[in-house]
Parts: sequence; C-alpha cells; structure tokens
Amino acid sequence: MQYLAPTTVEEAVSALAAHSGDCRLLAGGTDLLVRMRSDMADPDAVIDLKRIDALRQINPEDGGWRVGAAVSGAEMGEHEGLVADWPGVVEATNLIGSTQVQGRCTMAGNLCNASPAADSVPAMVAAGAVARVVGPDGTRVVPVEEIPTGPGTTSLAKGELIDAIILPERGARSSDAYLRFIPRTEMDIAVVGCAVSLTLDEDGTCTAARVSLGAVAPTVLLVPEAADALIGTKVDDTALDALAAACSAAAKPIDDKRGTVDFRVHVAGVLAKRAAKIAKKRAGGAA
Amino acid sequence: MSKIHITTSVNGDPTEFLCEADETLLDALRDRLGMTGAKEGCGTGDCGACSVTVDGRLVCSCLMLGAEAEGREIGTIEGMAEGDQLHPLQRKFIEHAALQCGICTPGLLVAAKSLLEKHPDPTEEEARYWLAGNLCRCTGYDKIIRAVMDAAQEMREAS
Amino acid sequence: MALDDKQQYQTRQFKVVGTRVKRPDGVDKVTGKARFGADMSAPGMLIAHVLRSPHAHARIKSIDTSAAEALPGVHGVVTRADFSEITDDDFTADILDNCMAGDKALYDGHAVAAVAANSVAVAKRALKLIKVDYEVLPHVTDVDAAMEDGAPVLHDGRANETVPEGMSPNVLARYEFGHGDIEAGLAKADRVIERTYKTEATHQGYIEPHACLASMGPDGQADLWCCTQGHYMVRNTCAAIMGMEQGQLRVTASEIGGGFGGKTTVFLEPVALALSRKTSRPVKMVMSRSEVLRATGPTASSSIDVRIGMTKDGQITAAFAELRYQGGAYPGSPVEFGSMSAFAPYDLENVKTVGWDVVTNRPKQAAYRAPGAPMAAYAVESAIDELAKGFGLDPLAVRLKNAAREGTKASYGPTFPAIGLEATLRAAKDHPHWAAPLGENQGRGVACGFWFNFGGDTCVTLNITPDGTVTVSEGNPDIGGSRASMSMMAAEELGIPYEQVRTIVADTGSLGQNEVTDGSRVTFAVGLATIESARAAKREMCKRAAMVWGIEEDAVKWEDGAAHPAGENAGKHPPMTLKEIAAVASNTGGPIAGHHEANPEGAGVSFATHMVDTEVDPETGAVKILRYTVFQDAGKAVHPDYVEGQFQGGAVQGIGWALNEEYIYGDDGILQNAGFLDYRIPVASDLPMIDTVILEIPNPGHPYGVRGVGETSIVPPLAAVANSVSEAAGVRLTQLPMSPPKVLSALHSK
Repeated sequence: MQYLAPTTVEEAVSALAAHSGDCRLLAGGTDLLVRMRSDMADPDAVIDLKRIDALRQINPEDGGWRVGAAVSGAEMGEHEGLVADWPGVVEATNLIGSTQVQGRCTMAGNLCNASPAADSVPAMVAAGAVARVVGPDGTRVVPVEEIPTGPGTTSLAKGELIDAIILPERGARSSDAYLRFIPRTEMDIAVVGCAVSLTLDEDGTCTAARVSLGAVAPTVLLVPEAADALIGTKVDDTALDALAAACSAAAKPIDDKRGTVDFRVHVAGVLAKRAAKIAKKRAGGAA
Repeated sequence: MSKIHITTSVNGDPTEFLCEADETLLDALRDRLGMTGAKEGCGTGDCGACSVTVDGRLVCSCLMLGAEAEGREIGTIEGMAEGDQLHPLQRKFIEHAALQCGICTPGLLVAAKSLLEKHPDPTEEEARYWLAGNLCRCTGYDKIIRAVMDAAQEMREAS
Repeated sequence: MALDDKQQYQTRQFKVVGTRVKRPDGVDKVTGKARFGADMSAPGMLIAHVLRSPHAHARIKSIDTSAAEALPGVHGVVTRADFSEITDDDFTADILDNCMAGDKALYDGHAVAAVAANSVAVAKRALKLIKVDYEVLPHVTDVDAAMEDGAPVLHDGRANETVPEGMSPNVLARYEFGHGDIEAGLAKADRVIERTYKTEATHQGYIEPHACLASMGPDGQADLWCCTQGHYMVRNTCAAIMGMEQGQLRVTASEIGGGFGGKTTVFLEPVALALSRKTSRPVKMVMSRSEVLRATGPTASSSIDVRIGMTKDGQITAAFAELRYQGGAYPGSPVEFGSMSAFAPYDLENVKTVGWDVVTNRPKQAAYRAPGAPMAAYAVESAIDELAKGFGLDPLAVRLKNAAREGTKASYGPTFPAIGLEATLRAAKDHPHWAAPLGENQGRGVACGFWFNFGGDTCVTLNITPDGTVTVSEGNPDIGGSRASMSMMAAEELGIPYEQVRTIVADTGSLGQNEVTDGSRVTFAVGLATIESARAAKREMCKRAAMVWGIEEDAVKWEDGAAHPAGENAGKHPPMTLKEIAAVASNTGGPIAGHHEANPEGAGVSFATHMVDTEVDPETGAVKILRYTVFQDAGKAVHPDYVEGQFQGGAVQGIGWALNEEYIYGDDGILQNAGFLDYRIPVASDLPMIDTVILEIPNPGHPYGVRGVGETSIVPPLAAVANSVSEAAGVRLTQLPMSPPKVLSALHSK
C-alpha cells in the first residue's frame, strides 16, 4: 500500500485521478482503518487529506458555514459560531464514536462512508447542507442526500472527492436537533436516527421544516411528508403526532442485529417528536 | 514494499521510525519503538485501550496510521509521570483501587488526563461520557470514576 | 513451639488484613510498564496467524498448504496433521480439536491451519494461499433446536450413560439433583407457576486478547510466555497435546488483562509451540478481538423450565427446574453447576433439578464467572419474584422465609455450615435503598445468588531474605489484586509491616502444581497456603532463636514480628525480631523459608443479595440503571477495596448480560457481532455508582475466615435486573438480553 499526504486539493485530486488501483481517501480514518483491520478493505493507496490546510478549517460562507472535509467532530464542537447556528448538525457529528473517535472523525468522511446509520448525515440532510465535490473536471455542489446511493456506495465519480460540507445561512427563529436511538448510552451505531430542522415565525408557527431519518432504509431519507406535518402548525401535540405517523410510515427498515422492523418503525416516530420539540425550543418556540 | 521514514516526537523526545504504509500508529509504537504501554483491545476504536494524544488531541492509536505521525507530537502513558513523580491521576488510580487487571488502565489514564485538561471540574456524568470509549471489564467503573473525580479536585486545589 | 497451628478459623484482631493498602503492581500498571501477554518479544521471533473456518459446520476434505509454504518469509505452517492424535483422554483430545480442527470444522471461526512468518503482513498473505476443501454440513446453534429429532448432529456416540435412549445425539449428559417429592409439595401450594426462560450466550469480555510467545528447541525443551489464569494448567495441557514431559515445558504467566474464566484453557498455546517446534524459532501469536469473540470460550446459552409452588404466606412447597445448556461444539456445558446451584439459596423440603448438556455449532464454552449459575438463578429468582408479587408479599421477606441457613440440607446434597445468605437479606431490608421512593416507569428488583467456591492444588513458598524482608512465591496469576492480599496475609501472620513483604507469581519451574485462578479460590486457598507458609517460617525462626538463646524450641513463642521466650522459665532473653533472626540465619542452619502444599477442602460457600432500580422508557423500551446495591458475604475481606471491586465488576457484567450482551448468529451459523461495537458490554455512561455492603460471616475452613468473593457477584444481577425491569415495565420478561426491541415488544403486548 502507498501512503500519500498531499498538501493541496489539486494534488489530492490528481493523485486520486491518476491512481489506477483501489485508492481510498483518509479524512479521519475512523471507518477506513476499521475496514482495513477487518479485511473489508485492502487499498493500494491511501490519500491522507489532513495535510491540506484548507480542509482543516471552518469558514463563513454566504451567511452559512463551510466545514472542511478534514475537520474533526471535536473541532466542530469547539466552534462557537457553528454550534450556535447548527446545534443539531454538531450534536449529530459529536455522537459519532467515542471522545477518541471525535478527535479524528469528520462529517465528510461520515457521509462518504455511506452507512445508512451515519449520525451526521440525517442532520446534514435536514439542514439542507450541500457537499462541495472537486474532481478532474472541476467543482460541483451536490445536496448531501444525493451523495450516498446505497450502503457503502456514493454518487462520486472516479477522481472526485468532497473537500467541504456547506451549511446554509441560519435564519431567525430557526434551529435543528438530532436524536438517535442506541441500546447503550454511547459507542453504538444508531438503530434509528432522526433530525429535524425548522423555522418559526413570530407567532411560533412553523414556516419551514426538513425532517430526515437514518437507519431505516438503504440511505438516509429526507421525509417531506414529515416536514409537511409541521409546516403551518404551532408544532403542538397534534402536529407532533402527525409528524410521528409520517416518519413511521416513511421508515422502510430491515431486521438486523441492531433492531427489528417493528422497533425501528415505531421509534422513528418517537424520535421525530422528541427532536422536533428540541428544535422548536432552540428556535425560541414556546414549550 | 519499502517502508516509510517518520520523524516525530513521542512524549517530547525526538523520535524516528520506519513503518509500513498500512501500519497503525499503535503497531508502530509497540513494535517499532518498544512502547507497549498502549494496548490493543479491539483494533477498531471500540475499547480505548490504545488511547494516546496527537498534538494534544485524544485519539485511538489503532485508528491512525503510523505514517500520519510525521511532524506530530505524540503523548503516551509512558510520558505521563514526570520522573518518579506520578501524575495525580496515576496516584489516585492506585489509592482508589481503580484497577484490577490493569489492561485498560493506560488508556483510561491518558483519556482522563485529556478530560481534566479540557474540563478541570467535570461532573460525574461528564466524566462518564468522556470515558465511555474506554472499556473496563473488571471494575464496573465505580472506582475509576471516583479516582478521576478525586484527582480533578486535587489538581484544582493545587492550581 | 507455642503456635496455634489450626487451619480452622479462629477469632482474632487483625492489624493488616482488612486495611486498604496499595497494591504492589500498582505503579507498573499506571505507568504502562506492566507486561501483558502481547507485550513480550524474543530475538528472531516469528509472528503466527490462524486460518479459521468460515462455515458453522463442515467436513474438511483436504488442506493444501503448499502455496503458503512457498511464500517468501513463511517459515512454517501447521494443521492438525502436525499434532499426534490423543486417544486415551477425551478431555484433552477435545481441547486439541478445539485448538486445531480435525476432520470437521465445528463452528464459525474454528482454527484449521496456522502460519508462522517473519511479519504480520506475510503471515496474513500466506493464510489466503491455503486452500481448504470444505464439504458444508447442516448446522444448529440453538439449544432447543439441537435437542430436536432430526437436528444436525455434531458427534455420534459421545452421549454418556446418563442420557436416556432416543434423544438427539447432541445431548451428551443428564444431571439430576434434589430431594423430597415434587408433586406432593406442589399439591400443598396455593399457587404453582410454570415458566420457561431463555438466556443468550455471553462472553467474558476481558479487554486483553489472548497472546503467547513460545520457544521450543531441538532438544525438546520449551518456554512459553502467555496470558492465562493458570500457567500450570497451560503447561500440563500443552505437554499432553505436544507429547512432552511436563518438566520440559516452563510456562511463565504474563500480567493478565482480565479472564473471568475465559483464560482457564488453551487456544493459541499448543499451536505456537507446534510452530516453534517446526521452525526452531520463537513464535508469537496474538488474537484479534474478532477471533476472541468467534473462537474462544463464551458461556452457554440456556433454556430453562421452572415449576414452583408457594403458599399464600410465601412458603415454597416444592421447586423443580429443568435446565438445557448448550456449551458449544464439545461436551462440558456448565449445566451441572447450574442444576446444583439453582435452588441453593433456599431451604426446601421438595426440590429437584434436571440438567441436559447439549452440543451445538458454536465455540467450545469456557468458564465464565460462576459458570452455569447466573442463568439458573435468573430463572428461579424470576419465578419466585413473580409468585411473591402475585401474593402481594415483600420479595425480601419471602426470600428470608425460605432462606437456607446453617444446617439446611442444600438442594445439591450437602448440609450447610455457617453461611451468610440471611445476613445479606437482612442487610438489604435495613438498607436505605430498600425504602427509597421510586418514580414513574421505575421498578426495584432483588435477587439472591449462590456460588460453591473452591480450593484446589496450591503450593506456596515464603522466603526470608538475609536482610529480613519477605518474598512470597505463589503460582496463581494475579487477576485482581491477589499479590496484595497474599502480602497482607503473610505480613499479618508474621507480625511485620505489609511493605516488608513482596509477593511474586512464580513460573511453573519454581513451585509444585497450582490449580488455575478460578473457583474464587485464590484468596481462600493460596491465602491459606501463604498463612501456613508463614507459620512454617515462624516455627523455623523460633527454632533459630532457641538455638541462639540455648533453650528448647517449644520455649519460644512468636509475637509482633519477633521471637520471645514463651515464659518465665525460658529465661530472660530480649526478643529477636525477624530481621535479627534473618541476619544470623547463615550461622544458625542456613536460609529460612516456609512452604505449604495443600488441596484445601474448606472453601466456604458464598451468597449475595442484589438490589437494583431501573427506569424503562415506555416509548422505546430503553432501560436505565438508576441505583444498584450489592450485599455479599466475604467471610473476611482481606483487602476491602478489591472485595468491593469484585462485587462491582460482577454486578456490571451481570447488567450487561441482562440488558445488551448476546451472541447473535445468523441463519448461516455465522457470528454477526464479533466486535466490541455490536457485542455491547456496559460503558461508563451506562451506569451509576455500584454501592456495596460487605458482610463478614467467617468461613470455618480458613484461618482468617476468608471466603472466595469473585464469582457470586455475577449470579444475582440477571434476575435482579429482570425483576426490576418487569416491575418498571408492568410486564414480565422471560428472555435475556432485555434489549430495547424486546422490552418495547413486551410493553406493546400488555
């Protein structure tokens, strides 16, 4: 195996495009090294993105935030501006693994690993985040939900990499929240995950919402019906019940070692309600 | 396959080693440098026995390539005591019987030190969540948490 | 010499025992210096890895290792063909077959070949070059399914004479214990309940994977370094497998990173020795976590029927249990212990247990802390709880009413001497935890547990150095602070400060046979041998003082670390301290040592009562442990910190077993959760502090009253948590683990 540590995005892209074999990107490495260790990956080359300064930064962009692909979860958690605007996205990313894993894991890596249970992805989807994709043919911007195409697969073309995740401007009376269900209190993969992002008007009526579910389908789901259940309401109990029903209806999970179909369908609704309440409170809505 | 030459710092000592490209930092520490204080309990980042710091940040050395250590500052359990002066956490672990078999102890100490550097006055709950990635099968964590909280108090009073 | 030589318990005032001294291995363990199994290297060492079966059950038609052997850097490959067959000892033959499969691979992960190479990378590449021709066979992993007619058969003709004809060949043994007349007893009950309980297999979950370093020369002598609970067992087993004399193999125990019973047998060690024999190089082997979970010795899964009758005032009139345990692919599930221990806490007129030992396509079980007892206690204590609550009775009062006491004829045969069950129940009843209020969706559960404890072969040498410090050599790996306990008991007996004694774990060449660190035996048996060694040394020191003073030996007594004239008639001699006697040892007959060899029988049985509060999330089925208190009889707590540690650790392993730990096999017989990600042991944030109450009802069979404490603590928690969750959820759960999907499903079925 070859280890490459480019210092610019251009170098990384050309190395990635030029390599004929199995070439993997290493951002935090917390998935890649596990795969290598478990003999699920045996790459010919690894390109380490952490030597690229631009990828290690969080910068304001168009009123929102551009989070470099090599920014760790811990660094996101320490960034006051980002936490203030997108607490749900940050808390979701901060749920990935242990404190140790937080020192390394990245949102972009979590996205490209393409696990349907990835914690940060539902939060990014609910946030309306986009991935900035750089490749041999230039740069394009892709909605986060369009990156994973199934468990372990992405829509990225040969030679492309994500160099940043861009979170949009957060308007007034807007916030987000992410909750996941795990059997223990830490260290597990989400059995169900749910993110809610919403905006209230001055009366506390929800004017915009996005709701996303993780671990209930081959990819993270954006659930417009669930958002519709909130929009135009005061996010009251009736709306929350409708939200839960919409989420449970949208969930198309499987039985596996982490949970059953019935459990995931039910808990998708439970988490949606709880996350919506938190997002509403954070947006300044009445309890 | 040629090895990669790495120049780094371990516990403040300028250090060089040769490693394979796919070799973890944990393997490099243990097998190249003979620093066996960090342990491999799982190899997948689930147990924390291999905890070290890289540029002051707590990480699992099993989830990092040795090659990534180039130019970084690595901190391991071997660097925690200063000469014959144990770190307060090390002393408190002994005083509170916070270890039985001791295999998780190096990782827990490195992680706890990192906790107290960031949160000198943690609540019990904060300590438990910070250390959730450090598995201990012997103690049920009770005496570990007591040792950490007691060390935190002593360090606050001393500072 | 006027010494009290009785090994029986004698009341005494302790000076060192019962204090909380610092353990001697503490500094090494907090600084990273302590050397565990994988921390040793040798010059010229090779690294070996194991090829494992990807099938749950398959005939091995052929193995072609030629391509692997031809790979540069590979020095040796072994398969079963490299081991002599063992025909006269089924027990050891099964261990060999488990270490390296013979004509069949019997479970996912079963070793089929191993390669020694000059690097990990070469060894792993070589494994991929080994061609194994498998004929895949039908498999079975569930205990009840394995007992059915027509179930896939693992072995023919292994059932012993206790098994009735007509049963599946997977049923290898039947056990029965009890007394009285069950049907007559049940007829006197106001209510009889019949329930079936199931528990999944769990793993000991020690954080240190198995590791060893073997070196064997062409002269047939070998050295082995390994992490084990018993290096004497490793020596004897490996010698038998390798066809060596035991004296030719010296085994040194590394520091051990947890065992809980899982390191009471061998997995890698014979393979490393065989590779070293073949290559004439030192060979190191270290398991990955996935290998540990797939191919070491988890405990049995179980399926248990319970029938208990109770009067409305809480008297148990009869109790019956039928226990079915699968112990993996070989005989020896702990169902016998389960059957013996199930009703041990109770004084019953009519009691019977029947146990069935069943094989399945799973890894060969190894001991796990009180092997077989936690599942049995889970079933029995759940049923008793349900009966008590059904009558509106206090569950502690019902247990007290039926509790075994001194003089009770135990369900498994013996009559109990002084025991501590009642004391733990009374302490529980009087504890503020019992009276604390509970909130919504919360429940409180209690349960009792029992463990036999054990003595076993033990050999200790205590040496007095010329400067009067003391070294104790014992042969049991220190898994939780036992070197501290031995030093304390030696210091106590000699009347010297703890710091004047250092205890080491000696290699197999240095002492006689020592039983494995198991059965909660070390503080009891090695402690007894340490005390007796100290007494032997004291006798010798009194003799030396007598020689110096020119008086009779029996005119000298030992007090406060010094020899004294026993009385007025012995003459007026100033006392000679241990150091003073040591200083003149060379002139009074040479070095002074005490030693003791024994297989002590008096390991006192141990009981515990656990109390736990849980909260159930009614919307998700998640269970939170709110409060936990352990009440256990320690006989005498030599080092209270480490006694508490045993209580806490056992309780938390039990919590894991009750809530989230399980072996999950797919329909293909492949283990689906071979890692700490999905084999979910409790993490720090899952738990509250674990409160402990140490009761001290002295064990008559130990000079200081010590009982083993290590195992009993895992017996009650499965049931205590189940009883608590069932109360909190308002519905009785009868299967472990009570993972959130199961709890939610139970809530929805209310």
